[in-house]
Amino acid sequence: MIGIVNYGAGNIFSLTSALERLNIPFGMVNTEADLDKYTHIIIPGVGHAGTAMQKLEQTGLVGPIKALKKPVLGICVGMQLLTEHSEEGNANLMGIVPVQTRLFNKDQGIKIPHMGWNNISHKNNLLFEGVETDTQFYFVHSYFIEYNPTFDIATANYGMPFSAAVQKDNFYGVQFHPEKSGTAGERLLKNFSNLKL
Amino acid sequence: MLSKRIIPCLDVKDGRTVKGVNFVDLKDAGDPVELAWQYAQQGADELVFLDITATHERRGTTIEMVKSVARQLNIPFTIGGGITSIADAEALLNSGADKISINSAAVRNPQLIEDLAKAFGVQFVVLAVDTKLVEGRNMVHLNGGRLITELETEDWILRAESLGAGEILLTSMDHDGTKNGFDCLLLDKVARSINIPVIASGGAGKVEHFTEVFLQTGVDAALAASVFHFGEIPIPLLKEELKKHNIPVRL
Repeated sequence: MIGIVNYGAGNIFSLTSALERLNIPFGMVNTEADLDKYTHIIIPGVGHAGTAMQKLEQTGLVGPIKALKKPVLGICVGMQLLTEHSEEGNANLMGIVPVQTRLFNKDQGIKIPHMGWNNISHKNNLLFEGVETDTQFYFVHSYFIEYNPTFDIATANYGMPFSAAVQKDNFYGVQFHPEKSGTAGERLLKNFSNLKL
Repeated sequence: MLSKRIIPCLDVKDGRTVKGVNFVDLKDAGDPVELAWQYAQQGADELVFLDITATHERRGTTIEMVKSVARQLNIPFTIGGGITSIADAEALLNSGADKISINSAAVRNPQLIEDLAKAFGVQFVVLAVDTKLVEGRNMVHLNGGRLITELETEDWILRAESLGAGEILLTSMDHDGTKNGFDCLLLDKVARSINIPVIASGGAGKVEHFTEVFLQTGVDAALAASVFHFGEIPIPLLKEELKKHNIPVRL
């Protein structure tokens, strides 16, 4: 069963709706004790990374999340929280994946936010099982996770290559919104719920 | 590469879709959930619901509709119409809407754009602008083009961007309903002048109009209603055509 970290950063109605459509059982994580109730953990998140980190710290869950050995999936800002630092609010984040979250550079002739469907090329990670490479996912973000070959499991391009998905040990993150990415996104959520470590 | 988006627009009144919709296999053309699902199946990239419910008391029905759509739909959607406050927007966000679109409320109170962007992020705030050419100048209009304002369209859009609008939905009232094509001249000027995405609206009548607007302007998405509702332009066919012109689309 999936536990969704409930720390007040953005709305989770779309995520819980997607899980319901897929018949994936889920519950909410409000306290450290709740983390033990679930086999898989999702950290959602929309909005400002610095503010989201403050909210997560207020729940007292940062330490317990870092110590988890079960599969964890960060979505959008939830993914960015896994990184060391974000230029958004010059915020120190959880530092689980040693990479940086940076602002897109509009001097490259791109519009910010990066909003819409973009294709990814993935590296056959189990998270993307059954998803063809070059499949498009729905992105909405102004900050991105720098490409690092060690942790990158899917790459997208917007002005420059960046990580659409990362993995370090049991921690996974996706910058796009699987709950809004059509059947490919639903497949990814299903794959995550089936991950075994 | 980021795809150009194709966005069907649905008018909603009291939680039901209005205007004739002519899908062959649709059981209930007034059911926004079924209609939305059909569009998602066809390959629509996003949907816009325009709530034309007259009275404030009936807003609860709209909220319920948004929830039903969010439960079933696996692509993003925007809801617009009658949003005048943070509280209106928050109720829609909590019901699963990905974005809200504001129009006249922002003209009357530009601060609303900034307040919404601060509260929910710029990605949540779409500014809808209805424009009409008056004595050679593009002027912002309200009430479906009936009421002229003192705002010049391009100035207003620049200001909205600086206040925190995350996307512009620009409808040319001169082109809307004519089926003679989008206002490519204005759309290109606007898309070049700002650094946020622009959705082209008004004038779509045939496939070539979509090709034109994507080849001739820097817009990021194109919105239409009747050509999709009446099946005049099937979305899969439209996307195949766009692809033939090397316009990036999601197939």
